[in-house]
Amino acid sequence: MTESLQAAPGPYFGDFGGRFVPEALVAALDELTDAYEKAKVDPEFERELTRLARDYTGRPSIVTEAPRFAAHAGGARIILKREDLNHTGSHKINNVLGQALLTKRLGKTRVIAETGAGQHGVASATAAALMGLECTVYMGEEDTRRQALNVARMKLLGATVVPVTSGSRTLKDAINETYRDWVANVETTNYLFGTAAGPHPFPAMVRDFQRVIGVEARAQMLERGGLPDAVIACVGGGSNAIGIFDAFLDDSDVRLIGCEAGGLGLESGHHAATIAGGARAGVLHGSRSFILQDADGQTIESTSISAGLDYPGVGPEHAFLADIGRAEYWAVTDAEAMEAFQLLCRTEGILPAIESSHALAGAIKLGRELGPEATILVSLSGRGDKDVETAARWFGMLPEEKA
Amino acid sequence: MTFLTDRLDAARAQGRAALIGYLPVGYPDVERSARAMVAMVEAGVDIVEVGVPYSDPVLDGATIQQAAEAALQRGVRVRDAFTAVKAVVDAGAPAVVMSYANPIFQYGVERFADDLVAAGGSGVILPDLTPDVAGEWLAAASARGLETIFLVAPSSTQERLHYTVAHTTGFVYAASLMGVTGERASVGAAAEQLVADTRAAGAERVCVGLGVTTGEHARMVGAYADGVIVGSALVRCLLEHEDEDDALAALRVKVAELADGVRSAR
Ligand SMILES: Cc1ncc(COP(=O)(O)O)c(C=O)c1O
Repeated sequence: MTESLQAAPGPYFGDFGGRFVPEALVAALDELTDAYEKAKVDPEFERELTRLARDYTGRPSIVTEAPRFAAHAGGARIILKREDLNHTGSHKINNVLGQALLTKRLGKTRVIAETGAGQHGVASATAAALMGLECTVYMGEEDTRRQALNVARMKLLGATVVPVTSGSRTLKDAINETYRDWVANVETTNYLFGTAAGPHPFPAMVRDFQRVIGVEARAQMLERGGLPDAVIACVGGGSNAIGIFDAFLDDSDVRLIGCEAGGLGLESGHHAATIAGGARAGVLHGSRSFILQDADGQTIESTSISAGLDYPGVGPEHAFLADIGRAEYWAVTDAEAMEAFQLLCRTEGILPAIESSHALAGAIKLGRELGPEATILVSLSGRGDKDVETAARWFGMLPEEKA
Repeated sequence: MTFLTDRLDAARAQGRAALIGYLPVGYPDVERSARAMVAMVEAGVDIVEVGVPYSDPVLDGATIQQAAEAALQRGVRVRDAFTAVKAVVDAGAPAVVMSYANPIFQYGVERFADDLVAAGGSGVILPDLTPDVAGEWLAAASARGLETIFLVAPSSTQERLHYTVAHTTGFVYAASLMGVTGERASVGAAAEQLVADTRAAGAERVCVGLGVTTGEHARMVGAYADGVIVGSALVRCLLEHEDEDDALAALRVKVAELADGVRSAR
């Protein structure tokens, strides 16, 4: 019996992870690590988080079998883990409630967050409202346009939304700007990091807060007759994926597949598929992982129809799982994701987030490969309400496009 | 003893702080940025920090971001830093390269150190790397006699101050405030205490940067620090003047103001 891969503590996952940050942030990260280590073993923290998960988020999230969708996926059995049904519409709330509770423990009164699709921003604004914290969300200007409704949502929840106009004006630049705010305001402010990336303790901590997805799903699968043959999730920074993978890491017969955003296709060079695209390792946003970069280590801008996957890095634990071969990472193009998006809408009456549609596209491909004997568990990480405009434009459903 | 520490100690012998000027290589282009660095030396900067533009500069404010972004758009490469270093050293001043970690890692730490030595550079300043994760670089640097300058911040604990000082050579860079680069109306009140604490933790030389904008700031900081580091206020001279002669004239005026400041401090 080899050592368990579950709940790896960090800061390193093999060669990946660590803490590559300015000295100014070291004290805050140490303080956060310390607070988290204490909270982890404090039954009161566990109780409060479980209560919020049940009474606020609506956990456990159900699983839904998708037979009409599955008919297009080689007839394999396809089961959806419904994180889309969570309060605020995605898995992001699981992480944010944990980090907001920690913020209170740290005695800090303000939270900041970066957001791509706006789901993590909305979740952060929600948790801040619930717990009486001040909240500022940084969002790339490009994304504030792509996800205008989520900007309004965050404002309605009382958050300040700052459009970021530096660099590529997307998620990576929003993260840069959040770091800049943090360095300046670290005494009063906690950074609610939205994905399982960044400097230690974030990759391990965010994973721990998202582990519940896989813990529930594994039990739900056993109730329905046994472990799945594969678990599939989309990967931006990788929090929903690592959240659903973790409980299955030691089930060596269960294939784990992360679907990265293939954008316009790997060969086009316009994508966000860090691992599947064969990127080199480097340091970005505080940890060592695979990143899209040029020969000089300058970050290359990613491309994806999905704002939440449009990130040139990936969480270090995924880099590790890819490296040791425990998980596989596939690239799913914009077109494949949108086809899966439409298929789930039409066959099951479920409107998925475009991010999650990348996982659905992976399930179609895998189902066709494995056939009717296979069971595939899909992380439906979020709902697509925020994406209606993008999808309507993609499918040419808007009355007339203004140029 | 290196060119860098000699220069700091020479300023100290004159009863003043050294003036350290930062400019990013490649803005507005490589040759002009090198000429601007030389102009700074001629106008009274003691030491030049050659900045390597980076796509994700989390410790830089709007001014340096703007110059770095423009430099990258125009195709500046990491290796261009060595061209600028050589120009500075030929003009008679020590040069240190300020770079975020990933460009150095991707260039290859050994190769970077070799090329820096070949260009006559004295060492590096690493704004987003702490000694905890800099082992590979530190080995390459010390094998070649290069200085490695780490930062301390007002948030650094006593333990961190001791740790950072123990791994730093050349000088310790004390961040005057919690924040990013950029011009400020005043220099952070925490700076003087941080310098004292850093010295108490064993640092021989402590220079202060972030927010130093005017001759008056340079005078105030020069009263207690071994060096005064100025970036954004100098970069702005280049951003505001497209014409090279105008830009260099503005730069010389600014450097003269700052050089007067460090000379009237004590
Ligand atoms: C619904 C949904 N799924 C997935 C993601 C990607 O994040 P991660 O890879 O951390 O799960 C996002 C990010 O915004 C999202 O909104």
